[in-house]
Parts: sequence; C-alpha cells; structure tokens
Amino acid sequence: MKKVVLVALASLIFQSCINTSEKKLPILGEREPVEKTVAGKLLIDTIYQTVPAFSYFNQDSIPVTNKDFDNKIYVTDFFFTSCNTICPIMHRNMLNVYTKFKGNPKVKFLSHTIDIKYDLPSKLKSYASKLGIEGNQWEFVHGSRDSIFGIAAKSYLVSAFEDSTDPQGLVHQGWFILVDTKKQLRGAYDGTKEDQVNQLMKDMELLLKEEFGNEK
Amino acid sequence: MRNKLIYFIFLTIAFTSMIQSCQNETSINFKRYYVNGKRLYENNCQNCHGSDGKGLGTLYPPLTDSSYLNLNRNKLACIIRNGQTGTVRVNNIAYDGIMPGNQTLADIDIAQVIVYITNSFGNKQGFYDSEFAKNDLVKCK
Repeated sequence: MKKVVLVALASLIFQSCINTSEKKLPILGEREPVEKTVAGKLLIDTIYQTVPAFSYFNQDSIPVTNKDFDNKIYVTDFFFTSCNTICPIMHRNMLNVYTKFKGNPKVKFLSHTIDIKYDLPSKLKSYASKLGIEGNQWEFVHGSRDSIFGIAAKSYLVSAFEDSTDPQGLVHQGWFILVDTKKQLRGAYDGTKEDQVNQLMKDMELLLKEEFGNEK
Repeated sequence: MRNKLIYFIFLTIAFTSMIQSCQNETSINFKRYYVNGKRLYENNCQNCHGSDGKGLGTLYPPLTDSSYLNLNRNKLACIIRNGQTGTVRVNNIAYDGIMPGNQTLADIDIAQVIVYITNSFGNKQGFYDSEFAKNDLVKCK
C-alpha cells in the first residue's frame, strides 16, 4: 500500500515538472466552438479571435501589411509622438524589449500612432531615429482614423479614442499586446509597469519556443 | 578675572550654537525642498526625463549635464514654467523637441524641482530658494 502511495506521489511530482516545462500562454479574446466531422467522428473545435488583414504606412512611407508579420510573433501598442504622459514610459520599456530581441527575424514590433492628423510618416521617422531605431524590425505606422481606432478596440482590445476634454485631445491605454504567428492574442501587459514588461520578455521566449521549437 | 572667563566661554557657546542652528535651518530647508521636489519631479517631469534623469534617446534630453545646469541656472525656472522649443545642446548632443510648460506650478514648487534636479543624477549644486525662483521668473522672456 505504502509503495503505491509513493509511486503515485512520485508520478504526481514528475507530472507537475512536465507541466511547468511545457507551460503555454493562454489565447485571449473571443472564441467560438465549431462542430466538425473528422473521419466520421463529430469533434468540437474552438476558433479563436485573430487579427484581421491591415495595411498602413510605416516610418519610411512604405506600406506595411499583416503579411509582413506572417510567421513572426510581434508586440504591438498605441501611442502618439507628442504624448508626454504614458507614451515616454511605454517606449522606454519597449526599447528594452526591442534591445533584447534586436536582430531576431522571428520577432517584430508594431506601434500605431493615434494622432492621425499630426503623426505623418515623416514625423514617425524622426521619432524612431531619435529613439535610436533603424531598419524595420520595429514598425511605427500611420493609418486612417477608422482603421487604427477600429483595430485597437476590436482586434487588440486596447481602448484608444479622441477626447476633447483631455488636454492633449487623445486618450489611450498603455497595453503591450503579444500576438503569435496565427495572429492570435497571447498576452496583454501594462507597458508602464516594469515588472509586467519583464513578464512580457519571459512570455516572448516561451512563445518563441512554442512556435518554433529550438530551431534557430 | 574668573567672571570674565566664564562670560567669554558662555558667549562663545552661545555664538557657535547660533551659527549651528542657522546651518541646521538651511539644511532642514534644503531637505524639505529636496523631498517635495522629488515628488513634483515624479508627477511632472519623470515621464519624459526618466526616474534616473537619463531622458530617452534624443527625444528627451538627460538632466545629468552639470555644466548645462550650472550655466543656465538662472534660466531653469523659466524653462520649467514655460517649456522650451528650438535646439538645445546637452552633453554635446542636440535635442530639438518641444518641452511643454508647467503653468500650474507655483514659484516655490519650481524652486523645489530645481533643488531636486540640481542635486540628483550626479549633480551637486546646493540650495535654490523660492525667492531666487521669484526673481528668475520675473525675467522670463
């Protein structure tokens, strides 16, 4: 009897080890169960919310679409260049994340401006170079008002809107959203909090492992 | 003779303790300004200039350039209240962004922020009274 308990305990401990090493990030957002018949059996599958197709102009005035993010994981946020509240803190933190994954072809960064009128690509270019960003691993994009505010609310679940009562006229949340290669949302982190940004970096490693295994 | 000596000792003690108390008052004031200045800095300046005063890239200049702060000591109050546009050179790097002003800060608040900034981040420039701020602010362009 004792032996049985011991073995059960040991396997439990073993199981828990396996579970932690294979920990997966949750899939966030809306989900929908779908019934499918596979080989004569009725199966229930879940369809998760994904980011739809998009097309913007980046800091080099080059079109950037969802295809540029195919087979990559990416971190996205909403900001504007003249913002002096949470944006500097967010991008000070994002810069740390960028520096950590700089040059990794499987990781990209996507910052949407919500100041449609003022933040034209030339403005974004000057902002990016002042932040020390070259190349296009980190895209700063400009789009139409509806597409930016729409994708923020519906696809990335980030609140961003124009508000005439705000001193700067624009209000937005500071979330960093982690998106996987299937364009599913895998994490949301407060970009103004250092501990959450550190968690993001750990979760990105985890997601890279899940998506690409150990391939380099 | 003995009385004179006692009198002299008493006077010396009284005099030194007076000086001592003056110094203490200045250092208490300094500490008061510094602590309040830190809180004001966190609420009004830190987003851009950072908790370590290092700024961010060439978007926001650092506050670690002691010689800039020293050379422009009389202009700091005006910069904090009214903001700044145009190119500034800090640590010999050009910054051409727009710094917004802080119109809601009173003279004493500005003095406290200046005490905090000019005595943090590797700077050590001593006390700056609210009277100094008042005088400097009159001269704002």
